[in-house]
Amino acid sequence: MKKALLILLALVMLFPLAAGGSKEDGTTVRIGVFEPASGDNGAGGKQETLGIQYANSLAPTVDIDGTTYNVELVIVDNESSNDRAATAASMLVNEDVSVVLGSYGSGVSIAGSDTFRAAGVPAIGITCTNPQVTEGNTHYFRICYLDPFQGTVLANYAYNELGARTAYCLAKLGDDYSGGLVNYFIQQFEALGGTCISETFPDGNSDFTSYVNNAKNSGAEVFFSPVSTEAAQLIIDQSSSQGLGIPILAGDTWDSNVILQAAKGKSNVDITVTTFYPEGANPEFDAGFQEWVNADSTRLANNGGDDTVAAVTAMGFDAYNFALQAIKNAGSTDPADVMEALWTTETDGVTGHIALEKVNGDAIRNTVYVKHCNTDTGAWDALPAVVVE
Amino acid sequence: MIGFLHDNLSYFLSGISVGGQYALIAIGYTMVYGILRLINFAHGDVFMIAGLVMVYLSSSLPFTISIPLVLIITVALGFLIERVAYKPLRSAPRMSVMISAIGVSYLLQNAALYFTGGLAKVYPSIPGLSKSVVIWGSTTKMVTIITPFLTVALVVLLSMLIKHTKIGMAMRAVSRDFETSQLMGIKINNVISITFMIGSLLAAVASLLYFSNYASVTPTSGSMPGLKAFVAAVFGGIGSIPGAVIGGFIIGICENIIKGGASIFGIPGTGWTTFSDAFTFAFLIVILVVKPTGLFGEKQVDKV
Repeated sequence: MKKALLILLALVMLFPLAAGGSKEDGTTVRIGVFEPASGDNGAGGKQETLGIQYANSLAPTVDIDGTTYNVELVIVDNESSNDRAATAASMLVNEDVSVVLGSYGSGVSIAGSDTFRAAGVPAIGITCTNPQVTEGNTHYFRICYLDPFQGTVLANYAYNELGARTAYCLAKLGDDYSGGLVNYFIQQFEALGGTCISETFPDGNSDFTSYVNNAKNSGAEVFFSPVSTEAAQLIIDQSSSQGLGIPILAGDTWDSNVILQAAKGKSNVDITVTTFYPEGANPEFDAGFQEWVNADSTRLANNGGDDTVAAVTAMGFDAYNFALQAIKNAGSTDPADVMEALWTTETDGVTGHIALEKVNGDAIRNTVYVKHCNTDTGAWDALPAVVVE
Repeated sequence: MIGFLHDNLSYFLSGISVGGQYALIAIGYTMVYGILRLINFAHGDVFMIAGLVMVYLSSSLPFTISIPLVLIITVALGFLIERVAYKPLRSAPRMSVMISAIGVSYLLQNAALYFTGGLAKVYPSIPGLSKSVVIWGSTTKMVTIITPFLTVALVVLLSMLIKHTKIGMAMRAVSRDFETSQLMGIKINNVISITFMIGSLLAAVASLLYFSNYASVTPTSGSMPGLKAFVAAVFGGIGSIPGAVIGGFIIGICENIIKGGASIFGIPGTGWTTFSDAFTFAFLIVILVVKPTGLFGEKQVDKV
């Protein structure tokens, strides 16, 4: 009995090995999707992946030199963790992908970068806004704006539009994204003449009441907290119950239905975020995506349970088409050729025209969209976009 | 003094509330240790599962049914874990049981990861617990006020159970000497099962209170509170129930005082919040160095 059980267990463990062996023939091109599906940034990563999958469903093939190639998405989960990111990146490299898309979250992108560099595989950052992702390398590209830009816009907004002179900034300890964005915010806010109080919270923390109280006691007029959506849920809930009473300001990660669901019905919270794409800017894309999401219950669950079009979804959609254009331009599925072609690739996406500058391979973008959370309807209200020349 | 209390009341309230929740979890650690000399690493994850079960049940059932059901399911889970993962190892070296406990902990976390798809679940707001109230100028949730009273009431009940009932007497006997009590005719398997069930029940109550305050459940939500509660149990002297409760309150209050350090001590600086967790664990080290058995720990007597 015991022996039979042991043999059964051993067979179960062998099963994944047997299942993984098949390789496609020569007419397939593989695109790696390097996104978190669990952990702090799981919700956002899933929405970005949905955008890529939706784009793939519309354009499942690519023509290279007269041959039609099927595009196969290879999706891995980097678990929002800097330790796991390198492993997830090697899985993609081992699957012979031509180009990698992702990741949501700057920390994991930086952590996976070396693996892609060593394998000579180009990667396209979709919504990782920290400058270090692409700085000083030739294999990491990016199609979104950067934190120095976003931080400046947010600081200007806080100082000029909200009239705040003291800001309370909260970042997660050791997190590249929130730490970086808070830094750029402080630089600009203090340059304008304001003062900042900045604090950090450790990993795994879910008690934000004391931070909210610190913000209240410090006399700050704005609460800047560009942290992950998972922490954001808690911050919104606890600012409401502790009666924070000052506007909350955050960056692109907060443009998510997770935030809307957390803030709905809490009339004493006031949330403003900056983002890449306002829902409704491209009705055709929105309608198509909503129909596609509603057609499948798994997709709907991955989108957070409703058919809100997140900015990261639109960015994921554009990233896929941008990568496809680069493969077409390269005329080859070889990662080295695609890397070469990416520098000069240009497309018109739903989030605007995408072209890369020639030093770090960052997108040339000058528009930030601003949204305000409507706590009655649980939807975003668009505020005037900010264009910086 | 009054002014100082008034200004910083919200920090103390948060501390007392989270301390009470740590205390309830810590009792589960300390009771199991007292009887089996086992550190049940899966206890924090049982707490997390209780939270998740509540999220799923409350989406289709009213609170009057879902809350008792959560308590029952968590108790059943605690019972099941002991029967499946610890009982077969009763005569094995203690290290094997400990490894088994770590295995159960990861099993529960990964099962939760599979069922939730890795996303944070929003905890339902339970009427009465989640309401905002204003006390002496500080706004907080009703659960903050309820927690310390409920914790104390449950601990009094538990001490009465241990002091005045037959099963309580059996528990005390088993914790004193495992083999002898077996020889005296005590059904130790029943005693151990009941210990796990009480621990799980208190963890389920703690999860109702904790997640009402911090309304998001993820597969790793149990690990930090579990670890802190474990620290509280060691701090109070592992094996001692009053010790676990006092340890829980001290850890919770200290943690929040440190977070609010800039305001409470009047020393501005950004380091306070960064080091609040480091402080908790440094505190543990200091206590262990100065008083290795904790505040109320029993002295180890070597029997020859």
